Amino acid sequence: MSLRLDRASLRIGARHLVRDVTVEAAPARVTALVGPNGAGKSTALRLMAGLWTPTGGRASLDGTDLPRLPRRLLARRISFVPQDTHVDVPFTVRELVTMGRHPHLRRFDDPGPTDAAAVDAAMSRADVAHLADRLVTELSGGERRRAVIARSLATGSNVILLDEPTANLDVDHVIETLTLLRELAAGGATIALALHDLNAVSRWADTVAVLQDGRLRATGPPAEVLDDDLVASVFGVRVERLAASDGRPALVFHRRRAAAG
Amino acid sequence: MTDTEGRPGVGGAAWAALPLLAALLGAAAVAAIAIGSTGIAWGTVVRVLASRALPAGWIDLGGISEAEQVIVWLIRTPRVAVAALVGGALAVAGTQMQGLFRNPLAEPSVIGISQGAALGAVVTFVSGLAAAAVFWLPLFAFAGALAALAAVHAVATRAGRTPVATLLLAGIALGSLSTAVATLLISLSVVNWQVANEVVFWLMGGLDNRTWTHVWMCLPPVAMGAVAARWHTRDLDLLLLGEETAASLGVDVERVRRTMLATAAMLTGAAVAVSGVIGFVGLIVPHMLRLVLGPSHRTLLPAAMLGGALFVIVCDLLARTVHPPTEIRLGIITAACGAPFFLYLLRRQRGGFAAP
Repeated sequence: MSLRLDRASLRIGARHLVRDVTVEAAPARVTALVGPNGAGKSTALRLMAGLWTPTGGRASLDGTDLPRLPRRLLARRISFVPQDTHVDVPFTVRELVTMGRHPHLRRFDDPGPTDAAAVDAAMSRADVAHLADRLVTELSGGERRRAVIARSLATGSNVILLDEPTANLDVDHVIETLTLLRELAAGGATIALALHDLNAVSRWADTVAVLQDGRLRATGPPAEVLDDDLVASVFGVRVERLAASDGRPALVFHRRRAAAG
Repeated sequence: MTDTEGRPGVGGAAWAALPLLAALLGAAAVAAIAIGSTGIAWGTVVRVLASRALPAGWIDLGGISEAEQVIVWLIRTPRVAVAALVGGALAVAGTQMQGLFRNPLAEPSVIGISQGAALGAVVTFVSGLAAAAVFWLPLFAFAGALAALAAVHAVATRAGRTPVATLLLAGIALGSLSTAVATLLISLSVVNWQVANEVVFWLMGGLDNRTWTHVWMCLPPVAMGAVAARWHTRDLDLLLLGEETAASLGVDVERVRRTMLATAAMLTGAAVAVSGVIGFVGLIVPHMLRLVLGPSHRTLLPAAMLGGALFVIVCDLLARTVHPPTEIRLGIITAACGAPFFLYLLRRQRGGFAAP
């Protein structure tokens, strides 16, 4: 499923959080939104999730405007993983993941065998099946993030939006999380994420959209878009590219006007 | 897996809890009817109750005096039934408010909702409406509870978050205001001593002289509230994860919030209409049950209904029997249990839902 923002804007009072942003998240691809703090990444992601309605332009899924989709249908098509996955209620992982079945259940219905099967499949996919009976409050940050991703998968949605999915994770959990997302994309899912780590973006994303002050600066494959001039003008840093063992460049950032390297 | 020590309810225990609570509730009800200034044998209690529940002639009431039948059926049974309804209503209302505010300290009497309902009730007495028709009292109590809950919600909630301190302070201010206005109304109508006595009754909370009229007065709203609560169990679970997550999983957060507020107000109003302000029931009962059953409202809400009924029946039994022949006010008994518990929660948890 293809998720699009077409010249989408969100204005609150006199202030535009995003303005005329056009982004497409396509199936089987990982699309990253990048930009400095306050550039509008999270806002654009929430417009794509249908959590907020654009005040100008369109947000659409396969051509249908998101605000026209019933809320429960939308929840079965698009899932959203917030940046803060902290849960202070001692639900078990299975209970948490089962909540992903909510948009499939009618009032007074309890989850049935179909739901249990979907939950089990989602937990194995996100590698949390062995944590099923653990309390969410006792998981590590990486485990909790995977549990929340499992909840997204349990909805059956094929579009997964994640706000800073690697925030506050140890490096091994960062790799673990991004690998999982790549695998989901390889399976045909549409993945879009807000990410501030340019190295992660250049390594893991197929498409990048660079936002600055709520506007779209550039979009395309990371290798083409994230050139020295753009990074310098958007982030105010100078980039040095080192060859990593896998043949892809690793980015090192320097303050501008530092001694030339 | 045995990693759930913080939550013994994971697995089968949660379901065993409901039949257990129901059995305890039945036993406590029979005991509360049997014990009193005139002791009545358990067997007699059961036979009189059964004779009313079953078709005439099935139960032989031979050997049971007319006086005993009156005490069981017309004096003690309605009182115990009202205690059960009030306890169930307050515990469910408390559970809902805690989910709604994502805060285990939210409780009808703590955040001023019961006082708002009491003010509504007092208005019907002072204006004479209560004497005019029986439905005005619960209706005004509901209106008072709803107004108070809407006001606390409006004052204390910013961007979907309700900080503990703001919630408690808004509740205290509103509760005091409601009580002050109610007291003012007593002072203005002090010429009528009967009214003044009734107002004092509301403000202290108690179940003396409850009749079948009071049972029928609060049964419909409590039943409706219980159904509405059951209707929204999964929504409440999802709201505990935050509004954005709930919305992304298909919950219409604003609509659920309004329905929950109205339901909690209806339950509180129904309870206050027949018993006055009984504090802390909605705090102690859900919290105890959460420790055993976990946070999922699927089992927590029905368990709160049963547990609340059990708790208030036992407290009312204590109120009647601790210091005969005088009755201690029921509100004083629940406050004596509840206030130290509240302070303990405030000290230990700082408003979190986390298991110990």
